[in-house]
Amino acid sequence: MNKESAAALKGKKKQILEVWMGNQLKDAALRDDLMSVSELQQQSEELLSSLLKAFSSARAEDTESDGYEPIHDILNEISIMRARQGFSPRETSSYVLSLKEVLSQVLEERFRDEPAALYKEIISMNKIMDSLSLLTMETYIKGREEVILRQTNEMSEISTPVIRVWDGILALPIIGTLDSARTQVVMEALLEEIVATGSRIAILDISGVPTVDSLVAQHLIKTVSAARLMGAECIISGIRAEIAQTIVHLGIDLTNIYTKASLASALKMSFSMLNIQVTRAAQNGPSGSKQNFGF
Amino acid sequence: MIVLSKEKLPIQKEQDVVLFRNRIKELATKIGMSLVNQTKLITAASELVRNMLRYGGGGIIHLEIISRNSIPGVRLTFIDQGPGIQDIPLAMKDGYSTGKSLGLGLPGAKRLVNEFDIKSEPGKGTTVTIIRWKNGF
Repeated sequence: MNKESAAALKGKKKQILEVWMGNQLKDAALRDDLMSVSELQQQSEELLSSLLKAFSSARAEDTESDGYEPIHDILNEISIMRARQGFSPRETSSYVLSLKEVLSQVLEERFRDEPAALYKEIISMNKIMDSLSLLTMETYIKGREEVILRQTNEMSEISTPVIRVWDGILALPIIGTLDSARTQVVMEALLEEIVATGSRIAILDISGVPTVDSLVAQHLIKTVSAARLMGAECIISGIRAEIAQTIVHLGIDLTNIYTKASLASALKMSFSMLNIQVTRAAQNGPSGSKQNFGF
Repeated sequence: MIVLSKEKLPIQKEQDVVLFRNRIKELATKIGMSLVNQTKLITAASELVRNMLRYGGGGIIHLEIISRNSIPGVRLTFIDQGPGIQDIPLAMKDGYSTGKSLGLGLPGAKRLVNEFDIKSEPGKGTTVTIIRWKNGF
């Protein structure tokens, strides 16, 4: 991009911004629900000023040069923000691409009588804008990945609550796949809670684990061993019929670990281990009248 | 044997495993496989895909619905370009592991399916094919 076109674009800055904004506001894809018009105006003005400055720098065609650094920053910020706000990829990339049209118009006016120069300038402008648009897409995807990663972390935290079901009995319903990272979270949460409550029994319920393969079994065995070292006995409950068969075929040895089919039977077992007796209260009180529970 | 449907799934990271297991479940449900057979197939596949990720650095899985004597089944082929297995009979032994796992992945997977085939060339990669028929035999 030569000095003349950079100067021409700079001279028409106000006009470019106006037309560009006008096009954006006209566009059906404008998300005024996600972003206010004044915010968009400010963003666009900032981007355009830095872009025009970069155009007049010595290495205008190299988008990796120092002159483009502020633009990278602005675009990074814009696309990450848009990824988080829920803009679609098309909406995000068309933001930069829509500027191309306006810039072409200005160049066309300036080089009306020199088709060869016009062609050259248009090509070089296109190259720069395409590379910037690719950068926007790259950052947009990075932004989306961050969102996914955050959700994954949140999910693994949410899904590992340690519940105190009785004095001295903890229950840990595990939901979802037990991978190494989840096991770490589960194990830490359980061991901390064993210390905090001084519980003697922990029930690991795997009703919500879709697949129990040898890795999941290994993680379970490790968790049980760690709890044992702290003086708590573990019962694994929620072993469904099909999972039981699969574990046998796999050849996983769980004979050293207490296992139960349901959480209820695991609770019952813990009661007998702690010598707790739960009995049904007599229906009739001493006076012979029926107890009133308020309903 | 006729191939009724065919698809490919690349596996590169641990998150792909869940997607892959769900896809097998869909296929197995489609041909009317019982829950026990489904679970066995999914667990075997889970073992193999973990091996593929851990030792083979990821790879490609072919998922096929096949039919033999008008009995449908699911055939899965795991292809990786990892370091390969030096001694297959040893790797197929219960309790043998070069990593720190239980060493039940390969032999366990073999017990969970109807047909199991493993080919490996050191330095080139490993290909494992498993079949589980709808009725379980």
